[in-house]
Amino acid sequence: MALLRVDNMTHYFGGLRAVHNYNLVLEPGHIVGLIGPNGAGKTTIFNLISGIHTPTEGNIELNGNNLIGHHPHEIASMGLGRTFQNLLLWRHMTVIEHVKMACYSQLEYGIWGAFFGSRLCHSEEKRLTAKAMHLLETFDVDHFSSQLAVSLPYGAQRRVEMARAMATNPKVLFLDEPTAGMTPDELNRMIAIIRKIHQDFDVAIFLIEHRLKFVMELCERIQTLVFGEVIAEGSPEEIKNNPQVIEAYLGREDIH
Amino acid sequence: MDSQEHTSQQREKGFKTRLQGFIAPIPLIGWLLGFLGAVLVEYFLGDLLSYYLGLPKIPVLFGFLTVLKKPLLIPGTIVYLILVYALPILFIVKFLQKPANRLAAYLDKRRVSVASLVHLSLFYGSLHLWADMSDYRLLVIKLTMIAIMLTLSINVINGYMGEFSCSHPGFMALGAYTASTLTLLFFANDKQFGDALLPGYLGPYFFPLALIAGGIAAALGALVIAIPSFRTRGDYLAIISLAFLFIVKSVIENLEFVGGPRGMSSQPHYSTLPMVFIVMVLCIWIINNFVRSTMGKALNAVRDNELAAEAMTVNTRKTKIITFMFGAFWAGVAGGLFAHVLRYVNPGSFGIQRLAEILAMVYFGGLNSVTGSIVGAVSINVLSEALRPLEIYKWIIIPLLLILVMLFRPTGLIAFTEFKPKELMKPKEKMVGE
Repeated sequence: MALLRVDNMTHYFGGLRAVHNYNLVLEPGHIVGLIGPNGAGKTTIFNLISGIHTPTEGNIELNGNNLIGHHPHEIASMGLGRTFQNLLLWRHMTVIEHVKMACYSQLEYGIWGAFFGSRLCHSEEKRLTAKAMHLLETFDVDHFSSQLAVSLPYGAQRRVEMARAMATNPKVLFLDEPTAGMTPDELNRMIAIIRKIHQDFDVAIFLIEHRLKFVMELCERIQTLVFGEVIAEGSPEEIKNNPQVIEAYLGREDIH
Repeated sequence: MDSQEHTSQQREKGFKTRLQGFIAPIPLIGWLLGFLGAVLVEYFLGDLLSYYLGLPKIPVLFGFLTVLKKPLLIPGTIVYLILVYALPILFIVKFLQKPANRLAAYLDKRRVSVASLVHLSLFYGSLHLWADMSDYRLLVIKLTMIAIMLTLSINVINGYMGEFSCSHPGFMALGAYTASTLTLLFFANDKQFGDALLPGYLGPYFFPLALIAGGIAAALGALVIAIPSFRTRGDYLAIISLAFLFIVKSVIENLEFVGGPRGMSSQPHYSTLPMVFIVMVLCIWIINNFVRSTMGKALNAVRDNELAAEAMTVNTRKTKIITFMFGAFWAGVAGGLFAHVLRYVNPGSFGIQRLAEILAMVYFGGLNSVTGSIVGAVSINVLSEALRPLEIYKWIIIPLLLILVMLFRPTGLIAFTEFKPKELMKPKEKMVGE
């Protein structure tokens, strides 16, 4: 059974058709890539699935549960973790607080426990700190744990954001341009990290990416989106040689 | 050569380093003991000293009032302050440095609650004695403690959650009127509600319940603002909350059974110093627990980026409602105490001016910080009492001070820090050996 299933999703922003008849089947443990030129609607698809916008039409199921009409935080706690294209880190919070914050839905103490500092509250905080430290080690940012996240180097900020997304215990991880603005060195490191998450945490990954090298290397299946419609879907080899994709990315070569 | 450089360096830094060297090894409990000593000196020798120094009576608020009224008394007041406060405190903290550190180390090994209790009771004892010497001092202390609660509770909304709420005096009014109505109805023979329904000796035990009822009334009022606050932020929320403040005020002005614009008076004398102190400590403790837990850190996440908070499983809607109601609850409790301190309450005291006062305290002290709120509330409150003889000039000096703080520290004096009682009470002796 598919872990994440999107059927015939269409979305309009006013009169603009941002996404048209979009379908996705994500099996457990797969890595699927979504490529396409700027403004094709890639991030909109992420936002639609993660509940930030509600699609005009269509159906989304995660693990057999319908996601339409749920709040983003509910969808996130059902097992959909995500990162953002422009790094939405919290300005006044330290790295470890970021990761602990993402465990919000796993907190076992209630509001009264937080007010009166109950024993459960203290033990939960300890447990979360240990979990967060472990995640930070996985992403190799544990030495930054008590620094403000926004003061870190760019690559480290990306890794903190991924650690934060992993702290929600996702079954599906959405990565929105994880290598934007990275040097080739950092790019290779990011490939290694994504492979590692994929193996260690047993998550399915759905990612948006511009760099074809990155997508070709990681993904088992790739969708190409142009003007809100999928024009091609297949293995990296098929996509690389698909004339429509080449046209969308490079333009048509007229032969006189 | 090295040592010479070292000493010259020391001489260059001079006073500041020496002061730091003096202060650094003294634990909090040492300062509390010093304060107790100074209070004891004043208690037993204060009248005598002020008589010999030619002062009309003991300087109540560190001599500010005396000096501003009669500048000729400046030398006498300064000598008094040195003899009564500076010297005893300095002697005690220096001579008791070792035992105080040993005591702090002993308490450090115990549970935090035990250590806090020892510190708080020592502090309360000295404060009680200090307040005993003058009714005016007692009133200022009580009002300052209430101001601390108000500042802290608005900091939860405006600082930690980053909304700009202007309805705090409204919450305070709801609390003040609810608590007053209850105590007047049950325990006082007054013109509004007639004879007392319950015997008077039950009153002090019932009073905390009346305060909680006031807090709950304020929290229910906060629900009204929390609901539109889902969709609006910043300026719009400020306008909505300001509107709420005016609504509350005019509703109370037009409700005849709570006295309308004349207000209510002759509340029983329940806001005693221990009562106010205990409620304030509870307020600080609960708010500090909350903002330090991951659940409370969700406020910061909502403030810094709501979308990211929502995507990281934080229920932002619930967080906002709870925060508004929580902040309002404490404002309501503070309002209830306030009404019983003055033993008179009218709608006029919960207007725009009160709002300006509360906002000044929170922005002066520092956003997102419990310590900052305490510092802001105490300094603005004591300052505005101390400068009272300057009359109209007071309203030039305090705003000027605020402008200076905003220029040099835009987020307030002590912003974005965590208040850690355990760190505060730690022994400081180790630094001496190094």
